[in-house]
Amino acid sequence: MEQTELVKKEKELVVPGDVIARGLEYLPGAGCYRYENEVRSKLLGLVRLKDRFLSVVPLAGVYIPKAGDGIIAVVEDLQSTFWILDINSPYDAILQLGEAVGEFVDITKTDISVYYDIGDVIYTKILNVSRSKSVQLTMNDYRAKKLVGGRIMKITPSKVPRLIGKEGSMIELIKNKTGCLIVVGQNGVVWLKGECEGFAAKAILMIEAEAHTEGLTDRVTAMLEKGVE
Amino acid sequence: MLQQWKVFDMAKTENYIKKLIETNLRIDGRAFDQFRQTQIETDFIGTAEGSARVLIGNTQVIAGVKMDVIEPYPDTPNEGSLVVDCELVPLASPEFEPGPPNEEAVEIARVVDRGIRESHCIDFEKLCITPGELAWTVHIDVHIIDHDGNLIDAAALAAISALLTARIPKLDTNNKPVRVMSKEGQALLPMRDKPVEITIGKINSTFLVDGNLDEETAFDARLTLAVNSAGNLCAAQKGGKGWFTTDELLKAADIAIEKAEELRKLLPKGV
Amino acid sequence: MGGKKVGAPENLIIGNKRLDDRTPEDFRPMEMSVGILKHAIGSATFNFGNTRALAGVFGPRAFHPKFLQDPQKAVLRLKYAMAPFSTLDRSRPGHSRRSMEISKVATDALASVVFVEDYPRTGIDVFVEILQADASTRCAGINAASLALADAGVPMRNLITSCSVGKIDGILVLDIGGLEDNFGEVDMAVSMIADQDKFVHLQMDGIVTKEEWGQLLTMAREGCGEIYKKMAAALRERYATTMEGV
Repeated sequence: MEQTELVKKEKELVVPGDVIARGLEYLPGAGCYRYENEVRSKLLGLVRLKDRFLSVVPLAGVYIPKAGDGIIAVVEDLQSTFWILDINSPYDAILQLGEAVGEFVDITKTDISVYYDIGDVIYTKILNVSRSKSVQLTMNDYRAKKLVGGRIMKITPSKVPRLIGKEGSMIELIKNKTGCLIVVGQNGVVWLKGECEGFAAKAILMIEAEAHTEGLTDRVTAMLEKGVE
Repeated sequence: MLQQWKVFDMAKTENYIKKLIETNLRIDGRAFDQFRQTQIETDFIGTAEGSARVLIGNTQVIAGVKMDVIEPYPDTPNEGSLVVDCELVPLASPEFEPGPPNEEAVEIARVVDRGIRESHCIDFEKLCITPGELAWTVHIDVHIIDHDGNLIDAAALAAISALLTARIPKLDTNNKPVRVMSKEGQALLPMRDKPVEITIGKINSTFLVDGNLDEETAFDARLTLAVNSAGNLCAAQKGGKGWFTTDELLKAADIAIEKAEELRKLLPKGV
Repeated sequence: MGGKKVGAPENLIIGNKRLDDRTPEDFRPMEMSVGILKHAIGSATFNFGNTRALAGVFGPRAFHPKFLQDPQKAVLRLKYAMAPFSTLDRSRPGHSRRSMEISKVATDALASVVFVEDYPRTGIDVFVEILQADASTRCAGINAASLALADAGVPMRNLITSCSVGKIDGILVLDIGGLEDNFGEVDMAVSMIADQDKFVHLQMDGIVTKEEWGQLLTMAREGCGEIYKKMAAALRERYATTMEGV
C-alpha cells in the first residue's frame, strides 16, 4: 500500500496540483510540495529528478533571490554608505560600501556615487538573503564588475540555465557567432555589447521562447549561421 | 496532552482559541452550538419608520427603516423596492476607519439584503401606490456600533426586526410622505415571512455558531445561511480562505435550520 | 411569490430542453486560452457560451504602501470588473458594490491555494475583466484567474475551478445562462479546489429545501470536476511542442 511510485517522468510538463510521485522515498524540492504521501507540483513547469529530489522548473515567474547567485543589477538609489539596486525581482537589494570597495573611504569627504552612480549596471554576487527576503550584495568576487555601455535585456529567470547551456555551450555559441560580449545573470538579466547586439538578442529571445523543446541547439546554430552571412 | 500544545504560540489569540477547541472548550465557556445572550429592542429610533437594536453578547447593531416614494423600476412597474446599506461605524472598533463602505461593509449589506429579498418576506406588490408611477422604496440602514463578532447574524436580526415593526407613513395630497415622529394611524408594513441568518464558523473540523471577535480570527472559513420560517434555505454565502466538504455543508444546513428556529422566537410578532 | 417579471418567457425548460437546447446537466460550450497578453506575467481567457472573462496577473511584485505589506507573505488581490459594453444595456464603468463583493469572495477562493508564504512582503495582483456577460460571470472570471496564475508561474497547491448551478421551473440545472439567471428561482455559484470535494467559494440566492441543497452541491462538484480536466489540458496545450524538427 505504501508503494513508492514515480507518476511523472523527467522533463514531463505538469500543472499545479499534479501528483509527481507517491511514497515517502521521493522528496519535494523547489516547485514541489508534499501532500500526505504524495509529492505534488506547485507550478506549471517541467519535472526534474536529481537523486531523490523532485523539482519543477517553472516556465514563467519572477526571480527569487538566492545566496551565491551571480546577477546583473542596476543602481536605483544611494545613501551615504550603501546603494539600493534593482535586481529584476519583487525584492530590492542593498550593496554596502564595505562590500563594494576594498580601501578605506572617508564618507565625510567622498560621495559614494563616484564608485557607482544611479543607473550604473553591475555584475554582482548575492551575499545573503534573509528570511523576509532582505538581499545583501557583494562585489567581492572575481567576476564582479561594472558593465559599461552595451544594453540590457530580460528573460524569464527559470530559462537562464538553457541560455547558458551545458558547461556554457549555448552562450559560447552565441558569443562566437555574433562576436558580442555577453554576460548572463541568474536573475534573468542579460547584458550585451558589440556590433551584433540586436542579432544576439534575437537568438536569446528564441531560446527563451523554445526553452522547453528538444533540438534547440541545432536550431539556434542554424539561425545564427544563416544570419551572420 | 501538554505535548501537543507545545506546538502553539500561546501569545497569539488565534492559536490559543484553536488549542481550546481541541479540548472541546470555547474561550467564554459556551457550547459549540450556543449563541451568546441575544436581545432585540424595537421602536428604538423615533425618526425612523421602523427600527431595532440588537445585542448578541457585546456585539451591538442598530437598524433603521426609512421609506420613500419613488418611480418603480421599469421592469417591475407594479412593485416597490428594497435597498440595504451597512455602515461599520468607526466607534465600533479600532479596526473600522471612516470613509465609504469597504468590502466588509458591502458584503454584510448584500448578504443581509439577499436573506430578506430571497425569502420574499416583503410583498413588493403591496408597496405599489400607482402602477408604473409611484411605489414605496424601503431603505434599511444597518449601523454596527460595537464589534464583538458575528456581525452578519446581528445585522440580519436587526434588519428583519425593524421591518416587522415598521409603519408606512401617510401620504399627503401630493403623494409625498408625511414626516412626523408619531406613528398614530399608520399601518404596519405587511410582511410574509421571518428569515433568520445563521453564520457557522469552521475551525479545523469543528463547527461553531456565533463566533465572537477573538474566535473569528481563528476561523478557517465561515458559512452564512438564511433560513425561512418553513425551514428552507433562501440564501448562502461562504467566506474566509478555508474550504468546506459536501458533508460539512449538509451538516451546516442542519445546524442553521435549528438555530434559526430558536432565534426566530425572539423576533417581534409583526402583522 | 408574486406575478411573473416583465419580459419573462413562458417556460425556461420544456421536457428536457432548456431555451438553448441544453439538457439540465449540460454546460454551455467552454473555451479557454492561456498566455494571450504580452505584458501581464500570466493571462488567460475563459468562456461559458456567451459569457467571456479575461484575467491578467502582475506579480509577485513590490507592494506599496509599505505599512500594508505582510512581512511573512504575499498579499493576493483579485479585482473583478465588468466592462461597460459587456451587458446589453451599457453599465456604468468603475466599481459597484457587486464587483466589490465578487472581488472579495474570489480573492478568498484563490488565496486558499496560492503559496503566499513563498513571497513575503510582495503583492500579487489578479485583474479580471468581464468582456461579455451572459450570467455566471464570476465563475468564468475565477476560472480565468486560476489559469492566469498558473501561467504566471505563481505557485499553487492546485487549480481552482468554478461553475454555477440553480433551479429553473422547479428543475435543478447546471451552468446558469442568460434568461435563466433573470427569471429562474435559484442561482448558486461555487468554486472548488480542482476536482476535490472542497468548496472554497459558495453563494446562493433563492429558496431550496435541504434535499435540494445537497443535490445542487453534488451537481456543482461534478461540474467542477469536468472543468478541471479541461483547464489542465489548456495549460498543457500552452506549451505543446509544435516545433519538432523544424
